[in-house]
Amino acid sequence: MNLLGKLDWNAIPLHEPIIMGATGFMVLVVVVVLGFVTAKGAWLYLWREWLTSVDHKRIGAMYCILALVMMLRGFSDAIMIRAQQALAAGGAQGYLPPEHFNQIFSAHGTIMILFMAMPFVVGLMNFAVPLQLGVRDVAFPTLNSVSFWLTASGALLVNISLAVGEFSKATWWGYPPLSEMQYSPGVGVDYYLWSLQISGIGTLLAGINFVTTILKLRAPGMSYMRMPVFCWTALAANLLIVAAFPVLTATLAMLALDRYLGFHFFTLGGQGNQMLYSNLFWVWGHPEVYILILPAFGVFSEVMATFSGKPLFGYRSMVAATMTICILSFLVWLHHFFTMGASANVNGFFGVMSMIIALPTGAKVFNWLFTMYGGRVRLSVPVLWSIGFMVTFVIGGMTGVLMAVPPADFQLHNSVFLVAHFHNVAIGGVVFGVMAGYNYWFPKAFGFKLDERWGKASFWCWLVGFYVAFMPLYVLGLMGMTRRMQHYDNLSWQPWLIAAAFGTAIILVGVVCQVVQLVVSIRNREELSDVTGDPWNGRTLEWATASPPPAWNFAFQPKVAGLDAFWSSKYRAQATKDEPTPTCKYEPVEMPKNSATGFVTAFFAVVIGFALIWHIWWLASVGVFGAFLTLLAFSFRRHNEIEVPAEEIARFVRSHQAGVAA
Amino acid sequence: MTEARQERAPGDRPSREMHASAPSEFLVYTIGLVVAVLLTATSFWTANTTLLWPGGVFLGLAVLAIAQMGIHLVFFLHISSGPESTNNVLALAFGALIVFVVIAGTMWIVADMNINMMMPSGAPMSMQMQQ
Amino acid sequence: MNIAVAIDQIPQDALPNASEAGPAPKRIVVAYGFWIFLLSDIIMFAALFASYAVLVRSTAGGPTGAQLFNQTTVAIETVCLLVSSYTCGLMSLATNSRRYLRTYLGALITFALGVTFLSLEIREFSSMISIGAAPQRSAFLSAFFTLVGCHGLHVALGLIWLIVMMVQVAVFGFAARVEHRLLCFSLFWHALDIVWVGVFTVVYLMGVSS
Repeated sequence: MNLLGKLDWNAIPLHEPIIMGATGFMVLVVVVVLGFVTAKGAWLYLWREWLTSVDHKRIGAMYCILALVMMLRGFSDAIMIRAQQALAAGGAQGYLPPEHFNQIFSAHGTIMILFMAMPFVVGLMNFAVPLQLGVRDVAFPTLNSVSFWLTASGALLVNISLAVGEFSKATWWGYPPLSEMQYSPGVGVDYYLWSLQISGIGTLLAGINFVTTILKLRAPGMSYMRMPVFCWTALAANLLIVAAFPVLTATLAMLALDRYLGFHFFTLGGQGNQMLYSNLFWVWGHPEVYILILPAFGVFSEVMATFSGKPLFGYRSMVAATMTICILSFLVWLHHFFTMGASANVNGFFGVMSMIIALPTGAKVFNWLFTMYGGRVRLSVPVLWSIGFMVTFVIGGMTGVLMAVPPADFQLHNSVFLVAHFHNVAIGGVVFGVMAGYNYWFPKAFGFKLDERWGKASFWCWLVGFYVAFMPLYVLGLMGMTRRMQHYDNLSWQPWLIAAAFGTAIILVGVVCQVVQLVVSIRNREELSDVTGDPWNGRTLEWATASPPPAWNFAFQPKVAGLDAFWSSKYRAQATKDEPTPTCKYEPVEMPKNSATGFVTAFFAVVIGFALIWHIWWLASVGVFGAFLTLLAFSFRRHNEIEVPAEEIARFVRSHQAGVAA
Repeated sequence: MTEARQERAPGDRPSREMHASAPSEFLVYTIGLVVAVLLTATSFWTANTTLLWPGGVFLGLAVLAIAQMGIHLVFFLHISSGPESTNNVLALAFGALIVFVVIAGTMWIVADMNINMMMPSGAPMSMQMQQ
Repeated sequence: MNIAVAIDQIPQDALPNASEAGPAPKRIVVAYGFWIFLLSDIIMFAALFASYAVLVRSTAGGPTGAQLFNQTTVAIETVCLLVSSYTCGLMSLATNSRRYLRTYLGALITFALGVTFLSLEIREFSSMISIGAAPQRSAFLSAFFTLVGCHGLHVALGLIWLIVMMVQVAVFGFAARVEHRLLCFSLFWHALDIVWVGVFTVVYLMGVSS
């Protein structure tokens, strides 16, 4: 009976200088941040205003911060992969041993999809959707906090795996039999399983929360066809979360049962079926890519309409396209494994469906182009990201349609052509989208704009770097280079891989520019400040309130009479020269009270995950019991709301109006 | 913002003012129970009968199960076709569509692969791979 | 019937569409959110059903469903769950008319039936394991134990929830949020019954008749 399960000092890879260096750096950063907070005496503030906050704007900001941090982590993995492949040709072995290289590409995929892109997209939705709907918060504010902290727990587990034990070597989709106990006896796959499982439950809860918010909480007068397009895309994405994530939960649970209790779902023995895993994984996995890209489409729609000074072209077709994609994305999953051995009927069906899903996406691109056409387009940073997206995403989409043809896929499957394709849509679509959203909503969230010059520099580095890094991979794929190679003998590949590594270096400059942009903007926040609450001449309701918005979002419940509610109210105000001074009385507002439930539950979730990974059964039971008690305590809380007095709201509005006038 | 204009909560019965002639709620649950028990009994009978051809047993069981799920939805969960529960029904329809796609798609894909790879589902792929 | 139709039509003409009515009341929001959760839960069961359907013949030379399943046990289990769904419905009627005694009584019967169901299921599982038909035996048995066990786990969690709810009724009375949670509980319990209809049809009845 070992109290610590499989855990002992050998779990820490002291003999690996690269891992220990990275760990040391990570520990240093954490110590510096904690020290800074302590030096500023900000712990109480942090606890009260952020960690226990149930305000959707704060939670949204925390999601985005988590995503930005994880982006740095995932990007350092990317640099290491590119550097290894640029070096390890012919006789050279590069600097990464195979088992470390395998962990790096697995961690890169897992982190970028689930702990960078997902939190960023969910964070933007968290921040913007309730404001755009003209309501005070999401449907279940405390649940929202639980969702965020569970996602953060998953991210924490992935980072712990760097220092204690190892991460999965079985890629980010973890195909059995490689991911089974027989071939992956280490704790790597368990880290993968439990971090995904915990953050997946968080994401599922967030999805439920947002579907309910969008369908049941909207400002009076906001019928479905008056919702901003970002809300529509958020609705579609969250419907997909609700429908797809349970399948991931079930699939990972089955793999966990195989690994922990000797079940035979996907094992070689006992007549398990490995292809069942591929099938179920991609039932989740394909909707997942639309969960990421649809909100990005929403951001582009908002940005294009705002910065062209025109209503979005083809609002109805945009909505129809979004909902069509929402349904169709559930009918294409087999294109991830055309080569599995299905007959022409099955491959043909899913190939055709995959081509059809490109049609609504194409319609959207035309809508954005026509929105710009004839408008006075201001080439601000969010617009640059959007235009960069349109060019890049169309290329990525076309290579996708190419691979939707099963015979072509048989040639390109598992080659770096595929790697180039999905980075083309993931970077050109999702990353550019969240960057546009980040620059677009930042002034709303914090009351000052981000620096334009550094923002533009970052955009150009990303755009150029992307093409230099990934166009060579298309060529290499056609030359026959397969994915995930730690070492290769074909020397004719090396120049292309050196070019790709060079492109990654350009992207690195872009990432540095982003960090500099943030630092410079915080330092110059006085000059960049926006007191009007409407820095971009916006169209939707989030620009109708102050920046940053007060906890209650709107002093009065907005009434909506049409699409682009804020834009039309600005016009009415101009026409009548009637400043929107409220004539009715301020009323007290009920707001949800802060709660530590999310933070404490997530703490126990980390305990459960860590204990299960290392087979420390007593600790896992303690964690389950603790989480149960936390939720129970919350359910017995007598008062979930606090009342914000009317005077406080009146005072806030007066000071905001004074600021606008000055 | 009166409640009358809102849609109904899932699981809630229509309010009595709206449907003065609606049957009593107790009666609704009781009818539901009786019909559900009858359908269940028929299912058990179907599974053991020799009157049907083998495929007919499967078909009959499937039809009975779907019918019983419908009974539960209508009599216990109070799903109706009225305008006040449009959202509830739409969500349900979306869920049913996904359930169908996941189950039917998976069965189709794996069965097709087994045939195409000449592996009758009884013969294990795993054993071939181990050799 | 005429009155109902007439009243149904007036609000639609006179008042704006329900989608423009502004934020919905708390009861509708909570119940709808839970409805969406149930949807996701049922999709999780769909993944387990699909796995079971794929693996049902992968017995690896071990016992098949026809050799293992006992229809009598299943019939008793089914009756337990069906009647508990009924008593759960009666409990929600008592809650709506704010009658404590009937609420407790409904909860007690529901709880007892749920416990009966669970103990029958545990007995079935342990007898199967004792004759060597454990989930480690074959892919079919892995899928069987996972699917049926997942439903059983839901029932067990439902029973714990029911206890907590009765304590809350005793402590808070029929406060609004207690009523919302009771509504969610009844949705949960009825949904489990619907899943069980799928389980006994697909797993047990189709299993013994093949």
